[in-house]
Amino acid sequence: MAVADQLVRVSDTLWELPRSFKEGMRVPARIVGTEPLVRAMDETVYEQISNVACLPGITEYAFCMPDGHFGYGFPIGGVAAMDVAQGGVISPGGIGFDINCGMRLLRTNLTYEEVKPRLKQLVDRLFQQVPAGVGSRGMLSIPREEFRQVCVQGARWCVDRGFGWTEDLTFTEENGCIGGADPAKVSERAIDRGLKQLGTLGSGNHYLEIQVVRPENVFDAKLLRFFGLDHPGQVAVMFHCGSRGFGHQVATDYLQTFLKAMPRYHLQVRDRELACAPFHSPEGQDYFAAMKCALNISFANRQMILHRVREVFAQVFGREAEALGLHMIYDVAHNTAKLERHVVHGRERQLLVHRKGATRAFGPGSPEIPAAYREVGQPVIIGGSMETGSYLMVGVPEGAQTFYSTAHGSGRTMSRHRAKHQWRGSVLRSELEQRGIYIRSVSDAGIAEEAGGAYKDIDQVTEAAELAGISKRVVRFAPIGNVKG
Amino acid sequence: MPYEYLDDVAIADVQFRAWGADLSEVFISAAEATANVMIRDLASILPREQRTLTLENEDAEMLLFDFLGELVYYKDAEHLLLRVPSVTIEQSDGTYRLRALAVGEPLDPQRHEQGADVKAVTLHRFNLAREGDGWSATAILDI
Repeated sequence: MAVADQLVRVSDTLWELPRSFKEGMRVPARIVGTEPLVRAMDETVYEQISNVACLPGITEYAFCMPDGHFGYGFPIGGVAAMDVAQGGVISPGGIGFDINCGMRLLRTNLTYEEVKPRLKQLVDRLFQQVPAGVGSRGMLSIPREEFRQVCVQGARWCVDRGFGWTEDLTFTEENGCIGGADPAKVSERAIDRGLKQLGTLGSGNHYLEIQVVRPENVFDAKLLRFFGLDHPGQVAVMFHCGSRGFGHQVATDYLQTFLKAMPRYHLQVRDRELACAPFHSPEGQDYFAAMKCALNISFANRQMILHRVREVFAQVFGREAEALGLHMIYDVAHNTAKLERHVVHGRERQLLVHRKGATRAFGPGSPEIPAAYREVGQPVIIGGSMETGSYLMVGVPEGAQTFYSTAHGSGRTMSRHRAKHQWRGSVLRSELEQRGIYIRSVSDAGIAEEAGGAYKDIDQVTEAAELAGISKRVVRFAPIGNVKG
Repeated sequence: MPYEYLDDVAIADVQFRAWGADLSEVFISAAEATANVMIRDLASILPREQRTLTLENEDAEMLLFDFLGELVYYKDAEHLLLRVPSVTIEQSDGTYRLRALAVGEPLDPQRHEQGADVKAVTLHRFNLAREGDGWSATAILDI
């Protein structure tokens, strides 16, 4: 019987692989999505999410979000909440190598008509000032000891040195600085890799985009106004990147540490990328403290990029960033594991929620979100392909069903290799330019790999997330300029 | 080229299969496959600097994992693109010992046409095995 035939329909937007699907499953696995989205997922998603359901301490269900696709260990879109009081584990494969890969969204008070004549200049300057590409290096040169301080202080380190505004911290998850980061738990090799990369985008699907709000793409005008996007044609800036080589090395280091430690804890996993350790073990705690360093480095990385973006806008438009209204809407991670309190069967429990390619989406009233947003819920930033657009959503009360987690992007449907055969980067760039989207990239091949056609339909993904009651659409942003690695 | 990229499994990442007549050859092929993800034309990497890599592991497969990890490390830590012309691997007392010469130069965006940055070598479906008279390796690189 095909794997897809074993999926049980729970509702129009929720599908379950029961525990009988595979020996060792501690809980059922649930995939969120409309039938077409779920049926179109590759079977490795079923395989991987049911492997996650076998991990010790997993609570309720192993979830996969509507944009789920093949990952390593966990699928991309995987969510697993571990009860740390019941031997729950922490797994680097449940977070991803790019720890705190995430999204930052800013608004401007500029309109498309104002930006259009200077769009090329703007994108060209951003391309110069926000380095992208293989092993890209930033403009900040700091000693190792200072880098360790960034590990502890995150985006706060940047703001204290004039790279940003105090309000930026207010509108960043964890105020841009998660407590408990310990640089003593990080290897020198990780610092070697990250030392010169603050303020860089990287490559792959990372990008910095100029976007516009068009009236036909507004889902909730009241919420849109609430977030300061209150006039037609208003321009926003969105970027997607993570903790760069530093975070990648932290994950690589601890993957090996955990593989060696597992026999000691009598742990066996179906895939080495699911290597894990009890949260309450020396290895588990060391990784948690090291991973938090990478969370902070990533917040700092996006803060440095924000600072450069403001500088460039000020230069190009000849006005201060304040006068251009370059305020942050929010910054949220989609590759993390965080200790959170959730109510399960009427009882509040402390859970370590792994989100790999999944966005935290707290509903209204959550103390974890900025006071200014508590009335409406946490902003959720969903990055799309450079052709098709991106979304702002908000968390909803019904999100409790997935431990307040939702999608993170559109999710790929085609391999990079195949995409390069399907499209030519230079042709695609000209076509997009004719459609009013100006792209600068270090690599034409990179443009082809990131073609919109290689991704799921982001409109379907966000619609599914809303129908499933895990987040609500506010607006779809249309791209007009894009910088990528 | 003794390597190929595989489609339709790791759709967001890159999976390759490399092969060689012996362990040294398959390691060199895997290094080329990894570098070629990041730089389109490997011939554009000139042998201006060299690094000696010495690694040991009880497991040949994990030795390959560590070896590819070195190339990813130098790319970030020193912005250095490296190719590996020679590798010697010896086995004694249950340990594999590798010594490799890696040569290359710092990335120059003007001369090196870039592909995608490799964030990490993953252990998902990572495999090194004898195949016929030789060896083959498959790996998924996180992009």
